[in-house]
Amino acid sequence: MATEIEFEVNGGRQRVKEDGATPLLLALRNNLELRGTRHGCATGNCGACAVLVEGRPVTSCNTPVEAVAGLTVETIEGFERDAVGKALLGAFMNEQAGQCGYCLAGILIRAKAFLVNTKSPSRADIAEALDDHLCRCGAHHRILTAIERAANELSGGQAA
Amino acid sequence: MSAQTISPSLTDNPLCSDWLTFEADGRVTLKTGKVEIGQGILTALVQIAADELDISPDRFDVISGHTALGPVEAGTSSSLSIEVSGKAIRHAASAVRKLLLTEAGTLLQAEMSNLSVVDGAVHVGGRDSSLTLSSLASSVDLGQSVMEFASPKQPGERRLVGTSMPRIDLLHKAVGEHFIQNIALPGMRHGRIVQPPSGVRRLVTFDEAALASKFPDVTIVRNGSIVGVIAETEAVVIKAIELAAKLVTWNEPEPPPKNIFGTLRALDNAPEVTADKGDVAAVTGKKISLTVTKPYIAHASIAPSCAIATWTASDKIEVLSHTQSPHGLADGLGVVFGLDGMNDITVIHKPGAGTYGHSGQDDAALDAVLLAKSVPGVPVRVLWSRADDFQSSPAGCAMVVHAEGVLGDDGRIASISMESLSQPHAQRPGRGGFAEMTNAALLDPPLPVTPVSADVPPARGGGADRNATPLYAIPNVHVQKRILQKWPVRTSALRGLGGYANLYALEGLMDELAEAAGQCPVAFRVAHLEDKRAAYLIERVAEMAGWPGPSGEGEAIGVAVSQYKNKSAYSAVAVRVRLDEEVRLLNVYAAVDSGEAVNPDGIRNQIEGSIIQAASWTLKEALAIDGDRIATDGWDAYPILKFSEIPEIEVELVDRPELPSLGVGETAVGTTGAAIGNAVKRAIGLRLLDLPLTRDAIQAAINK
Repeated sequence: MATEIEFEVNGGRQRVKEDGATPLLLALRNNLELRGTRHGCATGNCGACAVLVEGRPVTSCNTPVEAVAGLTVETIEGFERDAVGKALLGAFMNEQAGQCGYCLAGILIRAKAFLVNTKSPSRADIAEALDDHLCRCGAHHRILTAIERAANELSGGQAA
Repeated sequence: MSAQTISPSLTDNPLCSDWLTFEADGRVTLKTGKVEIGQGILTALVQIAADELDISPDRFDVISGHTALGPVEAGTSSSLSIEVSGKAIRHAASAVRKLLLTEAGTLLQAEMSNLSVVDGAVHVGGRDSSLTLSSLASSVDLGQSVMEFASPKQPGERRLVGTSMPRIDLLHKAVGEHFIQNIALPGMRHGRIVQPPSGVRRLVTFDEAALASKFPDVTIVRNGSIVGVIAETEAVVIKAIELAAKLVTWNEPEPPPKNIFGTLRALDNAPEVTADKGDVAAVTGKKISLTVTKPYIAHASIAPSCAIATWTASDKIEVLSHTQSPHGLADGLGVVFGLDGMNDITVIHKPGAGTYGHSGQDDAALDAVLLAKSVPGVPVRVLWSRADDFQSSPAGCAMVVHAEGVLGDDGRIASISMESLSQPHAQRPGRGGFAEMTNAALLDPPLPVTPVSADVPPARGGGADRNATPLYAIPNVHVQKRILQKWPVRTSALRGLGGYANLYALEGLMDELAEAAGQCPVAFRVAHLEDKRAAYLIERVAEMAGWPGPSGEGEAIGVAVSQYKNKSAYSAVAVRVRLDEEVRLLNVYAAVDSGEAVNPDGIRNQIEGSIIQAASWTLKEALAIDGDRIATDGWDAYPILKFSEIPEIEVELVDRPELPSLGVGETAVGTTGAAIGNAVKRAIGLRLLDLPLTRDAIQAAINK
């Protein structure tokens, strides 16, 4: 049963007419044509579809769109709007942290939430924070290095 | 040198214009049949072309894997893109430069030796002439022979090749909508089919009325054993196909399938002997044998397979696909639909998530075309479910490998015998005039199934026997394979093919022989290597790893070395492991020699990635088989290596600018697996022969 659901995406107000049980992933990609959020497993197991809801990472594939009514959502399209996003993306490119790149949007989203809340994390802390995200090409080592680098830049080079 | 000797791609695409064209706005279009699957190939190919032309790489656009607009090249496989397409492009670009500069010389009345190119601008005696290669291209016929005009730069003259140019596509792939899974064409509809449990099943019943009553707006497509749906939205398709799957019944396979390993062990068909030297039967000494089993494994791409197909009103087909073989797919679809793959079908590559050989890409394209045929003119997008992608993609082969070595009284290896038992390692569409796609056999009328799928021949590096022939100088060697045909679980190419299991066995045997000889495994290998490049790498990696390191006490280093396909890139890998209840990877070191490095950081990235992927196969991965079907249906059932399980990795490249560039995508998978097996043996004194080395497998081995 389609209903009007309103929420904020990347700073702008959005309204979708959709069955409230439809996954947020499909509403973002198909109703709002924000297709940077990746379709992965559709069961919340791989992390590819992660978005921030009120600043917290959630897997959009198994989050019903009605659950974000009235809330703020950030997708990869809005990623570079703040210093943490800019630092992370710059670090990922500097480290060439990726191969096929499909997992990166979700990992960047998770890394942003993590760095916003964790100053000077250790490499092991970062790895643990990413354990819900799968990468099949084996870019893990570079991804960890890139997040360390971003963390370091954000703390003015003072990080551990 | 002939075109064929330089690159088979130049035989099929002999003209400069097959590879390069210039646009009016000064941009250059580089055309290749090879496709980007995350390995950075398009960046490396642009580097090669830009270097020969002296045009900045940011002026290049790339047409890749487009059957109508690009060159006809074999699929992106076997780590051959640099070796084949790269060489062709280097020669083509050098020929284009020569043709254009000859024209410049005529116009400027200048000697060729007085001309140079600075980012596309022609200079005479070091001063800008106002001519550019692009402007010259409008009056020069590039439809001329590459071979007639090719004169590539010497290694010392190259400026871009050998530098770590950043990937041209990575930023778009991180934040953009770059993937086939993200493409939405105007008017596009969504579709899926109910995948059969396996290729040997046939549909018995389908309650179409029940589906139609619940989803009246959905188009139901039927053809033989295929049941599919098309709808306006993806959300509706997902729900409709879930219901459809409950409304069909399938026959049971006859006869009931047996266990794959028992079947492989019992193979008694005539073996294909792929290496035979001396007489292994005649040698005497201390005999050491081991048998390795490797289960079916999955590509396990992060995104399920996807394709978008349009069947036009004039019976032409256009397919967007992340296939690794656009021309092969076009040919295969031609077989299925009775069309000319060359003229009636256009396949255009669009990037997908990483796949590592022949996964479900081509099958998803067949599904999309099947559905599109019933709605002419309308693009139909098929995105498989995660479960479909595990269960309906070709799997990496299960294998049994017997390895036997004899140590002579002189402490040297007298003989090595290898036998690899497996299904075929490459069953890609379009080969030999057969469709080679599971669902083609389920149509009405059914397409004939390939009678015998030959394994990859030794000339192409072998399939089941890949890397089974020892690189070592051994007087008596016998290598053979037996191929299991007609088995319900479909197999095809997955990174490294048989090389991964063969090296696990062969390099494991080398450690066992060294132990029997009372020698250090590194020194023992070096003593048997006449190949200096391999010998250097194993000594170098041992040094990097601090060999011999700790021994026993649950922590140790293991090593392995090989040359991919015994003719491509070399890798030596050392792995430091700690065993508590399971194998914990602490450090991985790799030393790699791939000749002239086109993009050193790109090579490092490939090596790091292949180490992690092979470590994941070795420690965790096995598809669950239930009779004829793959039972694994999601990530819960198929764990792969996680971020917190990633070791420290150090890769060192030996750059040899004077030697030909060799592909690196697969060279380290076999050495990584083997080095882990050898490290575990040195850590706990047990050689584990049945992959993967899970916690349960370790415990079972300890308790035995």
